[in-house]
Amino acid sequence: MKTYTRKVFFTLVILLSVFTVADASDGNGIDSGATAWMLTSTALVLLMIPGLAMFYGGLVRSKNVLGTIMHSFVAMGVMSVLWVAVSYSMAFGPNVLGGWFGWNPDFVFLKGIDESIMEGGVPEYVFSMFQGKFAIITPALIAGAFAERVSFRAYVVFIALWGILVYNPLCHWVWAEDGFLFNMGAAGAIDFAGGTVVHISAGISGLVAAIYIGARRGFPYQAVRPNNLVITMLGAGLLWVGWFGFNAGSSISSGLSTAQALTATQAAAASGALIWMIIEGVHRGKATALGFASGILAGLVAITPAAGVVQPWGALIIGALSSVICYIAIMLKNKLGYDDSLDAFGIHGVGGIAGALLLTFFIRPSWMNDAAEAAGGSWTIWQQFGVQAAAVGIAIAYAAVLTLVLIFIVDKIFRIRSTDKEEMAGLDRSYHGERGYGLINPN
Amino acid sequence: MKLITAVIREAQLDEVREALIAAEISRITVSKVSGHGQQQQEEYYRGQKIIPNLIPKIKIEIAVNDAFVDITVNTIIQAARTKNGAEGEIGDGKIFIVPLEQCIRIRTGEKGSSAI
Repeated sequence: MKTYTRKVFFTLVILLSVFTVADASDGNGIDSGATAWMLTSTALVLLMIPGLAMFYGGLVRSKNVLGTIMHSFVAMGVMSVLWVAVSYSMAFGPNVLGGWFGWNPDFVFLKGIDESIMEGGVPEYVFSMFQGKFAIITPALIAGAFAERVSFRAYVVFIALWGILVYNPLCHWVWAEDGFLFNMGAAGAIDFAGGTVVHISAGISGLVAAIYIGARRGFPYQAVRPNNLVITMLGAGLLWVGWFGFNAGSSISSGLSTAQALTATQAAAASGALIWMIIEGVHRGKATALGFASGILAGLVAITPAAGVVQPWGALIIGALSSVICYIAIMLKNKLGYDDSLDAFGIHGVGGIAGALLLTFFIRPSWMNDAAEAAGGSWTIWQQFGVQAAAVGIAIAYAAVLTLVLIFIVDKIFRIRSTDKEEMAGLDRSYHGERGYGLINPN
Repeated sequence: MKLITAVIREAQLDEVREALIAAEISRITVSKVSGHGQQQQEEYYRGQKIIPNLIPKIKIEIAVNDAFVDITVNTIIQAARTKNGAEGEIGDGKIFIVPLEQCIRIRTGEKGSSAI
């Protein structure tokens, strides 16, 4: 009886392994394991956008809650349509116009990738949709800088133009194989999952836009209290979960580098949150929930460029330092007096810059060895630091200048700032004709 | 002493508050209320126009000494009235004034006009 059971068991195991092998590549060269993880990651990054909507939505006054949530949601519509139409081509086509952006007519409306499988065994549609989600969240992040005072129509036009002229070129430079930042130095500027492309560009653009548009009415004397910190905390939680797709998905595979990125992400988020809580506890005497959420984000933002190259101890330090630096940046903001309402620059800009530079000191030795080989002998961390600083500087300068130009043009045509009347009545009523919490009304 | 109660549009709250503060009247109580008046307000639900039967409003209560009644009332009227071409529209709200028998500051136990 016993031997019989064992025989059946082994036969099953053998049969199963045969099927598994057959499944893993089905003749088209598709790696179903990697594809499955990339599909999951795509969904996780999409989940970050409602997460961001909740995070920002909870922080504004109740008259602006829907308008603020819509800033994130409308990006899902605008940026996705643009991505399918032209943005994928601009971001991942071969260099045109001296490498300003890419262009491949086959990628327009994604018509040339209908049956295309990439080298890693992932269908190109999946890669394209995964990257498309980053193009959605980046302009949605900017909205935090000028929350509660921007015309909806002008905002929609602005993010469309910004996506085409700021996001796509930056994405091309950093991630396309012939992008000039991708090839800078020995082994390229390190931006694993979008520290420069997503966070620095969004943060800097937010800062420029916030200063151009001006502060909210009554700022800073009239207190603006969050309408619902509970949804803000839920949003922060969703962002943390979604970030696993954002970072671990950026390996475009399902293997060792995925695991490394995943671990670094968790370590940095946790240490960022803890350190923020401790700083605030010592400095103000209370450990606020919003502070904890800010620390999560500071850690996650800083580890975004670094997740592929640092080990867990390095990730802990990067997350912690990012919280310290962002905390100081937000205190400075209050001194300087510009109205970056929801700290798009204070967390994403500053944290992104901190992460992109700090990661240099925690790169795992094997990466440095490979870089040294590629450079033909030696490659020091200071040389890499130079490359990182150059990439950060270029992203800052490009995003700042282009944003200023775009927002000026949009303002002249559509008037970007809400009128006093619209601002006082609230974005929900003025632009959407709805109320966020209307159901509470006894009706 | 009088108790002034104003029921106004939600959208006008900030305008009224800013106007009151500019007129140096800063001690107010604000609450969210719902009610019926002459107004029928339109909202949109899934693209359909709907008319909620109870309309959300803001109630402002201000206790003032007699000398301040006129300025308070005039400020509220100016700020709460709809101004899109035509002066005033159905739904702008109402103001009620009632005599105030007594006013006591809890902290000190002071009574009367000086406690307002």
